[in-house]
Amino acid sequence: MIYAFFGVAIAGLILAAIRFAIGPTVPDRLVALDTMTTITTAFLVLLGFFFERYIYIDVALIYGVLGFVGVLTMARYFEGGL
Amino acid sequence: MYQILEYAGMVVTTIGVIFLFLGGLGVLRMPDVYTRMQAGTKATTLGAVGAIVGVGMMHPEWFFKTSIIALFILLSNPISSHALARGSYKIGIKVWQKKKIDAYEDALKKVKKEEEAV
Amino acid sequence: MSRILFSFIVFFLFWVALTSSLDPQELGVGALVSLIIAFLAGKEITEDGMKNFSFRRIQYTIRYLFVFFWEMIKANLDVAMRIIQPVIPINPGIVEVPTKLKSNVAKLALANSITLTPGTLTVDIIDDKLYIHWIDVKSENPEENFKEISSVFEKYIKEIFE
Repeated sequence: MIYAFFGVAIAGLILAAIRFAIGPTVPDRLVALDTMTTITTAFLVLLGFFFERYIYIDVALIYGVLGFVGVLTMARYFEGGL
Repeated sequence: MYQILEYAGMVVTTIGVIFLFLGGLGVLRMPDVYTRMQAGTKATTLGAVGAIVGVGMMHPEWFFKTSIIALFILLSNPISSHALARGSYKIGIKVWQKKKIDAYEDALKKVKKEEEAV
Repeated sequence: MSRILFSFIVFFLFWVALTSSLDPQELGVGALVSLIIAFLAGKEITEDGMKNFSFRRIQYTIRYLFVFFWEMIKANLDVAMRIIQPVIPINPGIVEVPTKLKSNVAKLALANSITLTPGTLTVDIIDDKLYIHWIDVKSENPEENFKEISSVFEKYIKEIFE
């Protein structure tokens, strides 16, 4: 069952990664990156459940926070507010 | 009781993971930045919240921490997509449209005019 | 003072949830750290202080959470149905929606709720007008849009934050 979860989540990640690669504009890539960050956060929690390791939950939390700050910084940069 | 919680967690996680996949698919298929953002934000937010809370239900000792991650995603995702939408509008990416409906353009022009007047 | 007390309680609850333990040492350090942060930043974080814990607000918050999750699930099914069709049925555009809310926190909550619900994404807020990217525009009249998009949330948010 857990392998099916991994498979479906990774499929979503790959689809977003294709958009990240083909792009055409920078905001397109950023949207894809934002999506990938969210999927990865959920994926890390699933990994933590699979390996029975609590530390993955902390990693997921920090990853989510940093991804959010990164996207927000880039968005501010577009507006010329940075 | 414990068993019921585990099965419920599994169902919630399944729904969440499916929405994560749909989010990725939406980001790939939609025609422009804003519609991609719609798919990317909404579907992955529910997907991630579902998957994370589902894991919390399957593993009750982790429930509080997983709900904090879920809460954080629920709060932060709309903000980042909103900032991205405004940023990409300001650098001049047009909305993909069949028929022109754009109230924001007029409002921005108005704000600019007022700033110039001051 | 009540603002500092409110932020102290919120920080401390977060600490307990993050550490997930009731060991007295952890609780002591948590109380100390939350107290320091509450003194440094409490005034910036909340405007209403302990009023946020009034019975009416908590009751409306719980009711609002149910409404919100229901709308969010509907939103996701809606977007999912659009995504899996061979030709994506969309007619996007940016529309204007007025709001009666005054405080900044309330506007933020409204904008976030709108972003997570059917086919709408808040692009900007200028004064008391929200600009919303709508995936399937039904009308261009601001009053009708208000009824269609945000009136569900606005009455709850008004009770919670104002």
